Amino acid sequence: MASSELAIQLAYVVAAAMFIYGLKLLGSADSARRGNMLSAIAMLLAIVSALLDQGIVEYQWILLGFVIGGATGGLVARQVKMTAIPEMVALFNGFGGLASLLVGTAALSTNPSTFTLVSIVLSILIGGLTFTGSLIAYGKLSETLSSGAVIFRGQQIVNSLLVLGIFASATMFCLEPGNIQWLFLVVTLSLLFGVMAVIPIGGADMPVVISLLNSYSGLAACAAGFAINNNILIVAGSLVGASGIILTQIMCKAMNRSLRNVLFSGFGSASDSSSEIEGEIKPISVEDGYYVLEAASNVAIIPGYGMAVAQAQHVVKELSELLEKNGAEVNFGIHPVAGRMPGHMNVLLAEADVPYDQLLEMDDINPRMETVDVAIVIGANDVVNPAARDMESSPIYGMPIINVDQARTVFVLKRSMASGFAGIENPLFYKENTRMLFGDAKESIARLVREFS
Amino acid sequence: MEAVFLTFILMLAIFLGFELINKVPATLHTPLMSGANAISGITIVGAIGLAGTGQQDVANWLSTAAVAFASINVIGGYLVTDRMLAMFKKRGD
Repeated sequence: MASSELAIQLAYVVAAAMFIYGLKLLGSADSARRGNMLSAIAMLLAIVSALLDQGIVEYQWILLGFVIGGATGGLVARQVKMTAIPEMVALFNGFGGLASLLVGTAALSTNPSTFTLVSIVLSILIGGLTFTGSLIAYGKLSETLSSGAVIFRGQQIVNSLLVLGIFASATMFCLEPGNIQWLFLVVTLSLLFGVMAVIPIGGADMPVVISLLNSYSGLAACAAGFAINNNILIVAGSLVGASGIILTQIMCKAMNRSLRNVLFSGFGSASDSSSEIEGEIKPISVEDGYYVLEAASNVAIIPGYGMAVAQAQHVVKELSELLEKNGAEVNFGIHPVAGRMPGHMNVLLAEADVPYDQLLEMDDINPRMETVDVAIVIGANDVVNPAARDMESSPIYGMPIINVDQARTVFVLKRSMASGFAGIENPLFYKENTRMLFGDAKESIARLVREFS
Repeated sequence: MEAVFLTFILMLAIFLGFELINKVPATLHTPLMSGANAISGITIVGAIGLAGTGQQDVANWLSTAAVAFASINVIGGYLVTDRMLAMFKKRGD
């Protein structure tokens, strides 16, 4: 090994250590920003080392790619709205997959061994399905595509044939690498498979899908690392792969569904649960709501994605400040699937200047719910539905929820009595201690704020 | 032997990844994911090696495109993660 080659490899080792330490710093909100910075420096080190490789004789193409990609990425990062982060992440997952597909294909020019050929096929396969799968996820999240599940007769058969086709063409390609047709077939089928895998999944399950595709984009980088014998790709790729898998598990658990169930059954097969709900709806006016809140010493706010749709974060923050000034303790209870991707709601509230130590996870807020005087539910429905806990016939039975019904009083802000996203009746609205505050959430909160000041 | 060596690294890195990511609080899961986006742009390192060979062939074009797509992830991913993390503040900050 030449000494320059040795230096490059050592630089990769240092970069790997920095990636790992950067992720460690991401374990706490105090140090997370430094962790991200460290990770970025590690990336810079890896890129500079790669540029010093003696096999590189011209730089103009690299520079061209870097300028185009860097400018695009920088622009997107600056412009993207926080509500649109999920679709941006979906798109970036796809680009990661595509880059690995391209690197895998380009690596064919290096006269690969059989082991390398298998790695190349894997990077094409994972990269390709990540790319098109992510594009579909992007379409569903940004609502350029219908967010519904696309299901047709014989879908399972078509998909099984597709998998068989991929397996067969991949094998043929490894046996006859000189025959370029097999390569085209593998690429085409992988791209098609990504589309077929994501279209039967409904919009509500997209948090699981983007977590999983995030993992795949890492695994694709791993496979590309095997294809070109590069350690740093393998280490960084598997860190991303592991992260995506963990987030996928968390999301599945939060929805009480197995990954298998999310991937292979379009949601909505849950049928009619026409069981009787007892009690009656009790509306409350803003004025009366104000009197209850004014007397409260412990308030919990449970936001759902509806709050973000109504752009109500900022007035909610204002209300929480007024309540605190009035002597009450205010906390936010965040369900894992409150936003459209893991942790999304926390970012939206952080953007509205809500301090992060006020954001409590479901498992932290539930034990103290009985000491809460008023729980305010804004734009959330299924994640506070007691049927998930009590009614075995409910399609969401078993899903962990935030137990707002155990608070002394519950305010539910809601436009009308139409049922939630999943179309499931919510017995919470009929409970003795529940008051419905009808109207636009943002408008209602703004009126509460006016009552206080 | 090379294959075994690389697989060994893969195995260790995956276990390490699980340990590290499990410690990230739910509050930070979105920045974690966009940060992971940026890290998966590591493919750029592989693309660079294949884009600068000086041969005007298909592999060169493909890897130039790969450099571009991976750069979107690297630059976009780190910047947007930093933008998000800058918004996370403690009470009284």
